[in-house]
Amino acid sequence: MEKQKLSFRFDIRAYTLVIALIFIAVLFTVLTDGGFLTSRNLSNLFRQMSVISILAIGMTLVIVAAQIDLSVGSIVGLTGGIAAILQVWYDWGTVPAVLVAILAGAAIGLLQGWLVAYKAVPAFIVTLGGMMVWRGVLLGVSKGETVAPLHESFVQIGQSYLPYVWGYVLAAIMCAAIFYGTARRRQKRARLQLPLNSAASDYGKAFAYAVILMGFTYMMNRYYGIPIPMLIVLVLGLVFLFISTKTGFGRYLYAIGGNPEAARFSGINIKAHMLSVFVMMGALAGVAGVVLTGRLNAATVGAGQSFELDAIAACVIGGTSLAGGTGSIVGSIIGALVMVSLDNGMSMMNVQPFWQYIVKGSILVFAVWLDIATKNKS
Amino acid sequence: MYALEMKSITKEFPGVRALDRVTFSVKKGEIHALCGENGAGKSTLMKVLSGVYPDGTFTGDIIVNGRKQRFKSIKDSEKAGIAIIYQELALVKEMTVGENIFLGNEPKTFGVIDWDTLYLEARKWLKSVGLEINPETKVKNLGIGQQQLVEIVKALSKNSDIIILDEPTAALTEAEVSLLMEMLRQLRKRGVTCIYISHKLNEVMSLADSVTVLRDGKTVATHPIGELTEEKIISLMVGRTLTELFPYEPKQRGEKVLEVKNFSVYSPYQNKQVVRDVSFSLHQGEILGIAGLMGAGRTELFTSIFGAYEGKKQGEIRIDGRPVTIKNPRDAIESGIAYVSEDRKKYGLVLDMSVRKNATLAALDKLIRNGVIDEAAEVSTVNRFIEKLKVKTPGLEATVNNLSGGNQQKVVLSKWLMNEPKILILDEPTRGIDVGAKYEIYKLINELVRQGMAVVMISSELPEVLGMSDRILVMAEGRIVGELTHEDATQEKVMMYATGGGASGKTEAVLSI
Repeated sequence: MEKQKLSFRFDIRAYTLVIALIFIAVLFTVLTDGGFLTSRNLSNLFRQMSVISILAIGMTLVIVAAQIDLSVGSIVGLTGGIAAILQVWYDWGTVPAVLVAILAGAAIGLLQGWLVAYKAVPAFIVTLGGMMVWRGVLLGVSKGETVAPLHESFVQIGQSYLPYVWGYVLAAIMCAAIFYGTARRRQKRARLQLPLNSAASDYGKAFAYAVILMGFTYMMNRYYGIPIPMLIVLVLGLVFLFISTKTGFGRYLYAIGGNPEAARFSGINIKAHMLSVFVMMGALAGVAGVVLTGRLNAATVGAGQSFELDAIAACVIGGTSLAGGTGSIVGSIIGALVMVSLDNGMSMMNVQPFWQYIVKGSILVFAVWLDIATKNKS
Repeated sequence: MYALEMKSITKEFPGVRALDRVTFSVKKGEIHALCGENGAGKSTLMKVLSGVYPDGTFTGDIIVNGRKQRFKSIKDSEKAGIAIIYQELALVKEMTVGENIFLGNEPKTFGVIDWDTLYLEARKWLKSVGLEINPETKVKNLGIGQQQLVEIVKALSKNSDIIILDEPTAALTEAEVSLLMEMLRQLRKRGVTCIYISHKLNEVMSLADSVTVLRDGKTVATHPIGELTEEKIISLMVGRTLTELFPYEPKQRGEKVLEVKNFSVYSPYQNKQVVRDVSFSLHQGEILGIAGLMGAGRTELFTSIFGAYEGKKQGEIRIDGRPVTIKNPRDAIESGIAYVSEDRKKYGLVLDMSVRKNATLAALDKLIRNGVIDEAAEVSTVNRFIEKLKVKTPGLEATVNNLSGGNQQKVVLSKWLMNEPKILILDEPTRGIDVGAKYEIYKLINELVRQGMAVVMISSELPEVLGMSDRILVMAEGRIVGELTHEDATQEKVMMYATGGGASGKTEAVLSI
């Protein structure tokens, strides 16, 4: 009985975010005479959110471990720059250029993570320094020039779409996976004699997800198909969702963020985990840098500037606590969607940029206040 | 004339009735001791009184100096003249004594703090209670005892006439204790009413005018001190005699599992030895009690053996006859050692995590198949332990924060037992736990030992060490200064060793059940 109550309360929290998102969508749809909800605009929106989403995925892990990474914007710029320089100036192929960019991101993460974990320099300081250093390195290696144009295959990473048929096939596979997963989970719970939700509610939920998934695919296919960057977000999201919830590594991150002393006494190697988190964040920032460079078909000196703040804001709106120990990948991605929807909707309405900053900033503070207010009540 | 009357106070938390129609009356100008075991409801009652739990979250009446009061916050109770001084001091360490005394209450002219007046007033207040402290000293430079006295001065400066002291002497030296007692007697002369919460019955006997005893959230009795003895108070608190509490059973001592030779530990902060050249051994199937005063080096010794102490160490550790190197808790766990810390909230639990995740935190490796946590196995393992240890929890997914102290401790125990350790180190295993849960934990320890586990039990509660251990080592100033068998050990002998002298033989009758 109590158990169900608990899960119900959690759901309300998760749904507030979804409700807020629906509210924003409805609001902008009305204000733009339906322009916001067109296939074309949604497709754009998802491409826009991809870079922030990839960063938010990594940032969730960082913040859950009670750390922070302020350097990701600069890493996005630098790794994107490295890939572009290798391709445009040195004529590298797309695959090696992309791999080197991601490895460079991971190497930066390794250095920063080592300073944080093994040299005990606070993450805020290390990555604040990193923010300046990597931006400076980018300026140096690119000599301040915009590096363009890239090969067709590189640009496709940021700009192309999944063919219609493949989109539907993928959606169908995922729907099947959802139903299969639901059935298996129910079986397992039944075997362990754990309380089960009614079949109607479990399969109803699965059905709802399937409908959303199919609807999404249909909307995307009415334009050019599912954007490749969106697909990258989806894959990375699933991988890191799995890591954070199903592996010992993920569990330990939450424990370290929640109470580092208890984690240490439980035999968890805190330093190694901390280091790994920064390496993952760096690598993800590398991926984000590649996607951004592909989308813009150019690497610029200012690329990725202040993305770290957008990523942190997405995590926080998605329910991740800066104190560490709580947060979820899904929440952060929805948080990114909220942030980008605001940007996109206001741009469509020709709201002046200064208002966009004011609104986004206010929403961030409001979201956290709401979270704290509801928490205190319960 | 009563300074304070609390009538029929009932306070409920989810699933627990912490206070059940408690009645508590304190006469004006007396020192009234409030006694009871941990979990009896003393702290809850004082939180009700001081407005930490605001009016409406409990039922019953609070009458201060004849007027019915409804406290919405701590501010309200302060206005009514009630000041509470907690075990954890609420002073700002980086500020001076004067600044602390007038914090939030600074004398001002046109909004600007008048520092001369502030320090002048502070000096007057300090002097009025006989404290020789310069008000311009930073609080961090004072001893704990003096800090406590500064807190009291701070309360007085707010014109409080009811002062609540929660375990004020827990961390004080003997000299500081007598200074505090002298000050409280002074205050009594001035008509200040004092509520004194303490486990130390000798202090209660020498200081208090009346005593109220709480047990399991109910008022048991209020008596003038003349009608009471320490034994009488104990029996009121416990509701049973001491022997029933400790289910001692003689055991079959087995092989030597742990041997520690010439072991020393250095403090990570100063170049100071906290454990000096200690040697001892531990056998299968025995409970080795470790007694000693606070700061004797007990926790440092065993956290070092467990690989969790920050400072340097030297010496030899052998497990099952083989020398082992333990650099961190992971090594210790792999060598079969488990360590249940004295502070479960700080070292034992991730408070925001569920019971399930906490319980498997140290043994997760065993539940991982192909890199993935086998949740089915996790759930069934945790369920098994919850049943075995009788953990009362709304469910596996409940946050441990919501459990009572006793149940939290059982979750910590589950966590360590899941690893099936050979050596179980328990540091103050029953601190802050109610009697029922204590008894269950004692029985569990006995059962584990019967199954062949070797248990080290560090405890500051003498009755517990004496009642449970097969063998007792007494530590003082980083050394093992005495060894006693279950049959030989008495409180007097242990205290004699612990205080480092045979001559006086005088014991502090520390009662903490």
